[in-house]
Amino acid sequence: MRVMPQVAMVMNLDKCIGCHTCSVTCKQTWTNRPGVEYVWFNNVETRPGQGYPRRYEDQRRWRGGWELDAKGRLRPKAGGRLRRMLGIFASPLMPSIQDYYEPWTYDYETLTTAPLSEHSPVAAPRSLLTGEPTQVRWGANWDDSLGGDPSPDPVLAEVSDQVRLSFEQAFMFFLPRICEHCLNPSCVASCPSGALYKRSEDGIVLVDQDRCRGWRMCVTGCPYKKIYFNHKTGKAEKCTFCFPRVEVGLPTVCSETCVGRLRYLGVLLYDADRVAAAAAAPREHDLYRAQLSLFLDPSDPEVAAAAREAGIPESWLEAARRSPVRDLIVRWRLALPLHPEYRTMPMVWYIPPLSPVVDAVAGSGHDGEHGGNLFGAIEALRIPVSYLAGLFTAGDPEPVRLALRRLAALRSHMRAVNLGEEPDPSIAAECGLTAGDIEAMYRLLALARYDERYVIPTTYEARGPVEEAGCSLDYDGGPGMGSGAFGEASGRPVPVSIESFHGLRRRQTSETIGPDPLNWDGKGAG
Amino acid sequence: MSGWAETALWIVTPYLTLLIFALGLVWRFRYDRFGWTTRSSQLYEHQLLRIASPVFHFGLLFVIVGHVVGLLIPEHWTRAMGITESMYHMSALVVGAIAGTCTLAGIALLIYRRRTTGPVFMATTANDKAMYVVLTAAILAGLLTTLLTSAFGEHDYRHTVSPWFRGIFVFQPDAAAITAAPWPYRLHTAIGMLLLAIFPFTRLVHAFAAPLTYPFRPYIVYRSRSATGGPPLTRRAPRGW
Ligand code: HEM
Ligand code: SF4
Ligand code: SF4
Repeated sequence: MRVMPQVAMVMNLDKCIGCHTCSVTCKQTWTNRPGVEYVWFNNVETRPGQGYPRRYEDQRRWRGGWELDAKGRLRPKAGGRLRRMLGIFASPLMPSIQDYYEPWTYDYETLTTAPLSEHSPVAAPRSLLTGEPTQVRWGANWDDSLGGDPSPDPVLAEVSDQVRLSFEQAFMFFLPRICEHCLNPSCVASCPSGALYKRSEDGIVLVDQDRCRGWRMCVTGCPYKKIYFNHKTGKAEKCTFCFPRVEVGLPTVCSETCVGRLRYLGVLLYDADRVAAAAAAPREHDLYRAQLSLFLDPSDPEVAAAAREAGIPESWLEAARRSPVRDLIVRWRLALPLHPEYRTMPMVWYIPPLSPVVDAVAGSGHDGEHGGNLFGAIEALRIPVSYLAGLFTAGDPEPVRLALRRLAALRSHMRAVNLGEEPDPSIAAECGLTAGDIEAMYRLLALARYDERYVIPTTYEARGPVEEAGCSLDYDGGPGMGSGAFGEASGRPVPVSIESFHGLRRRQTSETIGPDPLNWDGKGAG
Repeated sequence: MSGWAETALWIVTPYLTLLIFALGLVWRFRYDRFGWTTRSSQLYEHQLLRIASPVFHFGLLFVIVGHVVGLLIPEHWTRAMGITESMYHMSALVVGAIAGTCTLAGIALLIYRRRTTGPVFMATTANDKAMYVVLTAAILAGLLTTLLTSAFGEHDYRHTVSPWFRGIFVFQPDAAAITAAPWPYRLHTAIGMLLLAIFPFTRLVHAFAAPLTYPFRPYIVYRSRSATGGPPLTRRAPRGW
């Protein structure tokens, strides 16, 4: 047993209203720079829908994640090390900018410089790649709220024989996505330079910017397409799990700002020695349970001893015992992993939404809160359940049904409590819970306060003042503006905060460019 | 060419070039580790790149191997191995011409793509343009010499350029040997030296990042936070699997 800690996230999808606040605050924090205009470390997709980048889940096309070779051993789906090396000069598996979307801004300048005329001037779209006028044809959430045809959704195509859902069968929910900070990250495995690594202290997967050489193998290796290529610096960038915040015990920006308060952060202990074997489970249906079996019980004295042996601080053990994420994933089995069949052992889990079921029941004129109605509907509604199974359990409907039945039990139990009725104990018992469990679930899902939702230990030694800020004077002559001697962004890297600072000052003092809310320079590339 | 000019070009310049090349690489690595990348433009355009880049690079790899064999291995070695003069030149012609043509076709397509694809052209710096001029000139002059050597059998560089080249590394550069070579050889050699001299200061440095160790490392890499700039912790990162 080799105990390793992982800071993991759970999102409760029933509560997501699709407001994109998480995406926008994340973008403002991490990707409001040239070169990553098209990049959303956090994006919110409407499901069913194509996702971002378009149809990223179609691994027959993109070949991300792992597969088993003839002998049942794990191998990156895009090929082993030698095969990838032969394809290093250009990769047909990398999405092009059109698969994400061509980033654009608006020609705000005309708004202030246009001569007086009868009609108000219009800020026409400009490509951020070329600066040329462009037509906006696609974006990161173009099919928001079923705004487009959902039939190209690869998961829907698997479960539904008729390609188009009839109106009565339509259902919809939002899926916020960040990097999964996988236990078996195929991005790390794909990086020929060894620039990507999983931090042994908290499991956060990061790119060493000084070691990345721009081979782009990680972009193709990640089945979730959560590594992005910065086209200005020629380096890979990815969600950092807001490590500077997590290190001091703060939640990630997306969690902190989530309007629905639906994100939970906490520590899970797992057995790193068994990861490879679990990820190589022969049947895809077993992958969810195989991953569950990796998680260790921090209250088990043997585990605690092994954790101390491995140097895990006491406060981390304590946090692991109080982990809300552990309750949702292990204790109540409410949360499920996204696409376990990619075999990367993802660590951002989701409580599947009951709302498609509630809506269907309510839409048919029945009481959508009534336990009996809901239980019946979970069994009867084939498409939503198998769709959710296609997302969260490699197609096995049982874990999804269990989670949904528990959510339904929670509803009807709490309704009885709120109406002053005696809750029927059989409702909880039927899905393997007690009334106590249900009330604890209710507390965590509906009431939990900040420090209950985010249990993040802070044992790192203090770093003192943030290093970055100290060297701001070294950067004269407008850092981050224009290109270095050897091309875009060569020379010493400009710390993000300094680049943003100068970007802000430039916008404030520039005569020619209008305000751009996302800190882009409004002039396109350059 | 007068004596001192020859000395300057074939005796002083090679050492200057090597010095700039070596020190340049060290300096660039220390100063600009962040800019040491392929600066890939695949995100902007992939259809042409998919053909052009592999054709260019694989052609170039063969060309480099050809240079190593042709310049470093003396003629009497290959003869001792039982390779006759005509066999050697035949294979040099075939391999050299195919590899050279691939390289040239590849770079032509790359330059065409660079010029005609909006975002790729926008991302092309003055430095890149200068590099392309020197690189293309080196390839063209090189192909010219291949044709001369092998097709017309006019001149055997293994009696002129190669001894001079090997002499450099034993500190006995033989300027007389290389001056005996016809002008295309001398031109190609001169451009080659220029290319080496600018190499550390262009995007070409990515060649020295070639990930040769990838096949030998575990798939999953764990690193401790302390190894990445943070203060030391008690834990050490275990080796991945
Ligand atoms: C084995 C070592 C090498 C590897 C692995 C390698 C790999 C690459 C890669 C991945 C790209 C980026 C292509 C893209 O996506 O845009 C590239 C571009 C390029 N490489 Fe190499 N390369 C190597 C050696 C060389 C050498 C020795 C030269 C020339 C002396 C060279 C010249 C170039 C040029 C000129 C480009 C720019 C192509 C363009 O976009 O116009 N490479 N290389
Ligand atoms: S989701 Fe994150 S950790 Fe997992 S493979 Fe993709 S980039 Fe790597
Ligand atoms: S901020 Fe919260 S509610 Fe809004 S889209 Fe993001 S996850 Fe959903």
